[in-house]
Amino acid sequence: MNSANLISTCYGISGLAILLVMGLALLRAILGPTAFDRLMAVNLFGTKTVLFIAVLGFLTGRPDFLDIALVYALVNFLSTIAVLRFFEGRKAPAWYDARDTDTQPAANAVKEKPDGAAS
Amino acid sequence: MALLLDLMTAVFLLLGSLIGLTGGIGVHRLPDFFTRLHACGLTDSACAFLVLTGLMLQSGWSLVSLKLIFILIFLLVTSPTASHALAKTALGCGERPLSQRGTED
Amino acid sequence: MELLIDIVLLTFLAITALAISHVRKLFCAIMLASIFSLLCACLFVTMDAVDVAFTEAAVGTGIAGILMLGALRLTETREKRPPHQPWLALLVVCTTGAVLIYGTADLPAYGDPAAPIHQHVAPRYISQSQQEVGPPNFVTSVLASYRGFDTLGETLVIFTAGVSVVALLGFRSLRQFLRNRRRPSVMADHLVLRIVAKMFIPLILLFALYVQFHGDYGPGGGFQAGVIFASALILYTLTYGLAKALQVLPPRILYLLAAGGVLLYGGTGWLCVLRGGHFLDYRALASDPLVGQHLGILLIEAGVGMTVFAVMVLMFFAFSSRKEPQS
Repeated sequence: MNSANLISTCYGISGLAILLVMGLALLRAILGPTAFDRLMAVNLFGTKTVLFIAVLGFLTGRPDFLDIALVYALVNFLSTIAVLRFFEGRKAPAWYDARDTDTQPAANAVKEKPDGAAS
Repeated sequence: MALLLDLMTAVFLLLGSLIGLTGGIGVHRLPDFFTRLHACGLTDSACAFLVLTGLMLQSGWSLVSLKLIFILIFLLVTSPTASHALAKTALGCGERPLSQRGTED
Repeated sequence: MELLIDIVLLTFLAITALAISHVRKLFCAIMLASIFSLLCACLFVTMDAVDVAFTEAAVGTGIAGILMLGALRLTETREKRPPHQPWLALLVVCTTGAVLIYGTADLPAYGDPAAPIHQHVAPRYISQSQQEVGPPNFVTSVLASYRGFDTLGETLVIFTAGVSVVALLGFRSLRQFLRNRRRPSVMADHLVLRIVAKMFIPLILLFALYVQFHGDYGPGGGFQAGVIFASALILYTLTYGLAKALQVLPPRILYLLAAGGVLLYGGTGWLCVLRGGHFLDYRALASDPLVGQHLGILLIEAGVGMTVFAVMVLMFFAFSSRKEPQS
């Protein structure tokens, strides 16, 4: 097999592998019991999208896609930080419940505070 | 020389995908948020480095490589920062790692 | 290989859409909506629509998610269960969907070059745009020159959205913020984040400038650049606090920028009329038509960028400055 064939097969394989990881991240975003799991999954999905776009650009022979990849990296970081801002502070905000409470009562927000003196 | 570059690209890409897959499986199988965060953050940076270096080897000295270097630097700096911020905020909101859960209730 | 990638992406899209409609926790739905937007952007990239993917990435994943979270702060976090089972609605939707799918059987095949939409203006744009308008990227020449009216309408829509949000939400606690200048920002003890943000905000602004002016040659243009500018400012706000950000960029400057962008766009059109052409006919702006087109595109992209930046930042400030309802 000549090297051009080898390289495009490698692009294809790594593209599919990255897609698989994106699928696993999606599953974690749907399942994740805490909100932080979901946020981490979205962050992972975003970084994998950056790599996927770069590989796809090389696979189709159009490296203009790299501008898009750079923007994705940026907005991914930004949206993770933005979501974290809403969780900031010593106390969890009133609307944050840690566990998936479709079957449990909603009022089981984080109650234990080992460093309660510093509130 | 071109063959050597192609072989190295293939090695980097495949290794990167393997590490990425490991991270994806880890995010799924590990028991706790902090352990998952560990898997996700580590493998993310390693996979990004390997895949982007593999692509850089293919495009030689050009504007494309420069853009890839920018993407790599950005990812290498911001991905661990995001993981750090996530872990710090989770601790601040009361999540505790598995090893410390039994000791406080 | 590309077919396989398309199938996988569309499957993920379907799974995400079903999950969004199924979950009751709105925070989870917002995270899934970000993932949906990223998947759409990947699909646009596989379809070779680079400018659209760019805008989808910048707006859908970043700004839209942030604004939805800002709205979530002010409302409930769980969707209420509907009081009745919507079987009739489901039946109507399924019937309509089936009729529509039956209707698509008459459409030409996807990407067929003999389809009617590829026969009229598209060949002219592809073959003539470089001689008539100039930029190698003919998405920009279609957007800015051939369809300049539509882009003016889009800019006006964005401006109207900004005006409505500001009129509805206002900046009631602005004075309160300016009074407590000494209150530390919410992320004051995130040292790593502050240093990284300090490093990257200038680079992001520079990248936004690059995107603004590079729209002639690659994916980019006014909309995307405005959103990236806004992202840089939002990063600053998140790291250093809303009070500091309001000092850096007070709302009245943002009002001026938003209105000024639309004025610049419309003003360019009127300048063309004053110099003897039609409205938004840039050939009248200079003695050489191509130079005129280039100048016209430059001016209106600047106008669009200004308006988009100002409106995004205004909306973010308006949402962030509302107090959380005390429960």
